[in-house]
Amino acid sequence: MQDLNELIEKMSGIRQSILSETSDLSDSKMVYEMKKTFLDKNGRIGQMMRFMREIDPSQRADFGQKVNELKNWAQNYFSSMDEKMKEKELELRYESEKIDVTMPAVTHEVGCLHPVTQMRNQLIDIFSGMGFEIYEGSEVENDYYNFTALNTPQDHPARDMQDTFYLSPEFLLRTQTSSGQIHVMENRKPPIKILSPGKVFRSDDDATHSPMFSQMEGLVVDRSITLGDLQGMLDVFVKKIYGDDVRTRLRPSFFPFTEPSVEVDVSCFECGGKGCNLCKHTGWIEVLGAGIVNRKVLENCGIDPDEYSGLAFGIGLERIAMLKYGINNIKQLFESDLRVLSQINDH
Amino acid sequence: MLAPLSWLKEYVDIDVSAQELQDKLFSCGFEVEELHQVGEEISGVMVGLVETCEPIPETHLHLTTVNAGEYGTFQVCCGADNVAAGKKFPFAMVGATVYATAKDHVTVEGVMKIKKGKLRGYDSFGMLCSGTELGVNEDMYPGAGYNGLLLLPDDAQPGADVKPILGLDDWIFDIAITANRPDCQSIFGIAREVAAVLGKELKMPALGYHESGIEKEGFTVEVEAPDLCPRYISHYVTDVTIGESPAWMKRRLALVGMNSISNIVDITNYILMELGQPMHAFDEDFIRGNKILVRRAEEGEKIVTLDEQEYEMNSNNLCICDGVGPVALAGVMGGLNSEIRDTTKGVLFESAKFARDNIRKTSRALGKRTDSSARFEKGIDEYGTVMAMKRALHLVEELGCGKVASTHLDVNTGNSVEPREMKVSIAKVNSVLGITVPDEEILRIMKNLDFAPAIDGDELTLQIPAYREDIESYPDISEEVIRMYGYEHIRPTLLETAQVTAGGLNLKQRTELAIKNRLCADGLYEAMHYSFFSPSDLDLLRFPEDAPERNAIRILNPINEELSIMRTTLAASMLHAIERNQKNGTISGRLFEVASRFVPKGLPLTEYPDEKQTLCVGIWGSKESFYTLKGIAQAVADCLLLEFSCVSAKKTFLHPYRTAELFCEGEKIGYLGELAYDIEAQLSLRTSAYIMEIDLSALEKFYGRKPVFRPLSKYPDEKRDLALVMDKGISCGQVEELIRLSCPKVSRINLFDIYEGAQIRPDKRSMAFTITFSPDEEELTDAAVDAFVKKILKNLKKELDIELRS
Repeated sequence: MQDLNELIEKMSGIRQSILSETSDLSDSKMVYEMKKTFLDKNGRIGQMMRFMREIDPSQRADFGQKVNELKNWAQNYFSSMDEKMKEKELELRYESEKIDVTMPAVTHEVGCLHPVTQMRNQLIDIFSGMGFEIYEGSEVENDYYNFTALNTPQDHPARDMQDTFYLSPEFLLRTQTSSGQIHVMENRKPPIKILSPGKVFRSDDDATHSPMFSQMEGLVVDRSITLGDLQGMLDVFVKKIYGDDVRTRLRPSFFPFTEPSVEVDVSCFECGGKGCNLCKHTGWIEVLGAGIVNRKVLENCGIDPDEYSGLAFGIGLERIAMLKYGINNIKQLFESDLRVLSQINDH
Repeated sequence: MLAPLSWLKEYVDIDVSAQELQDKLFSCGFEVEELHQVGEEISGVMVGLVETCEPIPETHLHLTTVNAGEYGTFQVCCGADNVAAGKKFPFAMVGATVYATAKDHVTVEGVMKIKKGKLRGYDSFGMLCSGTELGVNEDMYPGAGYNGLLLLPDDAQPGADVKPILGLDDWIFDIAITANRPDCQSIFGIAREVAAVLGKELKMPALGYHESGIEKEGFTVEVEAPDLCPRYISHYVTDVTIGESPAWMKRRLALVGMNSISNIVDITNYILMELGQPMHAFDEDFIRGNKILVRRAEEGEKIVTLDEQEYEMNSNNLCICDGVGPVALAGVMGGLNSEIRDTTKGVLFESAKFARDNIRKTSRALGKRTDSSARFEKGIDEYGTVMAMKRALHLVEELGCGKVASTHLDVNTGNSVEPREMKVSIAKVNSVLGITVPDEEILRIMKNLDFAPAIDGDELTLQIPAYREDIESYPDISEEVIRMYGYEHIRPTLLETAQVTAGGLNLKQRTELAIKNRLCADGLYEAMHYSFFSPSDLDLLRFPEDAPERNAIRILNPINEELSIMRTTLAASMLHAIERNQKNGTISGRLFEVASRFVPKGLPLTEYPDEKQTLCVGIWGSKESFYTLKGIAQAVADCLLLEFSCVSAKKTFLHPYRTAELFCEGEKIGYLGELAYDIEAQLSLRTSAYIMEIDLSALEKFYGRKPVFRPLSKYPDEKRDLALVMDKGISCGQVEELIRLSCPKVSRINLFDIYEGAQIRPDKRSMAFTITFSPDEEELTDAAVDAFVKKILKNLKKELDIELRS
């Protein structure tokens, strides 16, 4: 028969050896191996259970409890040790994987839309919200739609305002997107709210003029449309494009297809109106031409000018894109230089 | 249009500064493009009285003392030959700025600042000036043309600023006149607006004259082309003495950039500037046949104009003839044969109105643009035609250079120069503006504009002056009111009376934007190129004579040959873009453009051409290949929920074995390929370029496809890898197509390896595919998939003699 006290002594010896033998373990694998030598079936604690049959039955319960206590203690001890080791190991691993965060990013190159398309999309967004549909006319246009129907008959001096590329006596490259107005009004009855973007052409080629550029024409025909509506609508547009602080100013001008006609200036968004190089020290920047649709134009399209009135405006897209992004040469917009195109990404 | 402030002041009592006037003109529709002071570069020049003047021995110099009034007395060395004690000259003090002249004392070479100097050992504190040094010529100030000091009048006060004396304090307005206001193409026309905007009285130029009773017996004026010349007035002047014009007239002409020639010619030029009516003066002695005939020129008829150029005319040109032949190119320039000479004794003045488009066409066709033709092109009014003749005759008397005879011939097609009465509703005038302008303001404005208004209830009655041909109906009155009342009174509203409408992009616009955005996501940048290109681009692309691309629409008046035909392909512009980018050092890149190709239905154009919306892609660089370009095509197809297929093809400008045509649902929709090496060399490209064009207009019918959701199967996909050995001539596409045809359960075929080499026969190639089989209702068992594979292999063997690689 084994003496219980002796066994208890032995168990306390095991506890001591666990404490002493594990003191210099340095990784979780060694902890695992050591744990096995104590807690496996044949481990030093596992072997204690073999003494069960060799002790007095009255002491067995007590002995069993003691062995279990030791076993639990050892298991806890090893798992807490394992945890600590793993924590330390993880830390070491992280440290060994240290990177230089200032090294270059891995990227996937994404292109972007042409600055004029970006501008066009921004305007379409703004005016779509006000109920405008988009009408894209053709670049080759009939003289009637480009001039005559727009109240610019053959002998009108306004034909000189725009030097026209002719393709035949009858056909030409449209000089203005206003020609779209006529096509729309011939085919539809008010209410009309149309935005007509597209390329236009003028026989002009110098530092500030390009023979091709883009315009966006806006047209509203409904009842009792006024100059106040024109200014109110353009206020919305310039604030969305250039910021809420920007103000608009109307001043008289002339276009054959509108009466009255106005130029619309915006307060300089660079200097706030104090005067700078961008606004040539005037505090104002010219952004578009507009007006109340000439009665004759409505008549030409079969719309009764006594019942309906309209407003129209024409925006030079290159011009406002150049102003917005500070591009200084219109030609750069047509040269497809990736060094230029990749700079303007304003989606 | 140049307008000197001093000249405007002749008609209006202007009591605001030049800058204030500029702002006023701007607000009422006359943008002053430039405002500058005549002597803006001259400063610090005072009246100097030479008190003592002693020659400096052995030089041409004089040592003088100059009294500059309150500024003191200065010792000045002077080299001019007309320096003399007791005389007054402009004196530029130390620190003054004047024009620097070359050794000839005539050529201006910039502006200089006067410094203290030393000449031959004598200190000199300032400089006595010539006219040239102050920018004043003989026309602007009598005596200023002398090559020496400019002598000032005796009553000039020493120390007074010379600028007012010499007119250097005058201001010149350069005003932009809109096309609807030809009546403002003159000093008097501008003055009318100035008077209206300032609310001042307008003083008319003097128009009175006395007729001598002398007649030019038998003289006739005949207008054969009244459509081109609605009015022709001729008046005869006798006893002409050709001589110089008075200083005031010379000065005014000089200020608006015209040279003085002689009194009679100057009168016509003066009236052109003052009233905007071009006039002409013929020497009576050289008008043959006692007759003026206004007619279309005969085909090939010739005229030599005042500038000694000979022009060949045709029936589109209007000419003024005497009894024998042309004596003037109507509205453009007089003939050399009848010009005013020193010996001229009798003059026939012409004041006429010519059709504006005819003058424009003649001027363009003959390449001859004059001040006169420019005015006629913009349009003149007959009110001015009549007034100008009166003014000319008045000036003849005022200048004392001739006697106004009684022969006055006026050929008139019946137009009135009297004001027109017009009645408009005030409510309608206001309805355009969206505000109610007070009646008294409307009355004030209309009165200032000389429209003689009267209001009766809602009715506004106006007398529209004959020179305001632009006023047609009430919106014109709205504009007149608001430009004078002020646009700042407009109250912004947001379409309060308009109906709500549904806006936004349509399907085509949305789809094109989606394609563009998809391409951007693939690293492409959008380009925008001109819609026209060069005939040489067709050669660059090696198009044969009969290629459809050569059937391009020509611009009749192109800027140059490089921009002379409408694009029939977008590839050339794209190649040039690649060329420019490579020259700039960008050796790899991706661009696309969406634009129209212009396909005429017939030439010359008699109907609208087809404008075919086209996508062009250009990519270049060492990482690009046919297959990266094909990937872009596939991205477009994916975007449209379509599938494109490639079929080997040839294009004149592409690599003969790396080019394909693109098909969609059996229809050819474009091409793609690598640029041919000879063109690559011609453009000096450093890296290979790849070009693709897709006809979006052909794809438009497919726009709007909706994705269809396939419920996920409960069962997994099955995959099998097959390495297949085949003849080298068999294409991947053929194999894929046959696999798909062999089994409907095949959902994806993915080529993952190609092998040619020692392990297989030299005429063979191996392609390895992963084939994915997707189940629908039932699970795919191994046995089922094995059966599919067997069927596929059997078909491959049968159709293409393809074997499984062992």
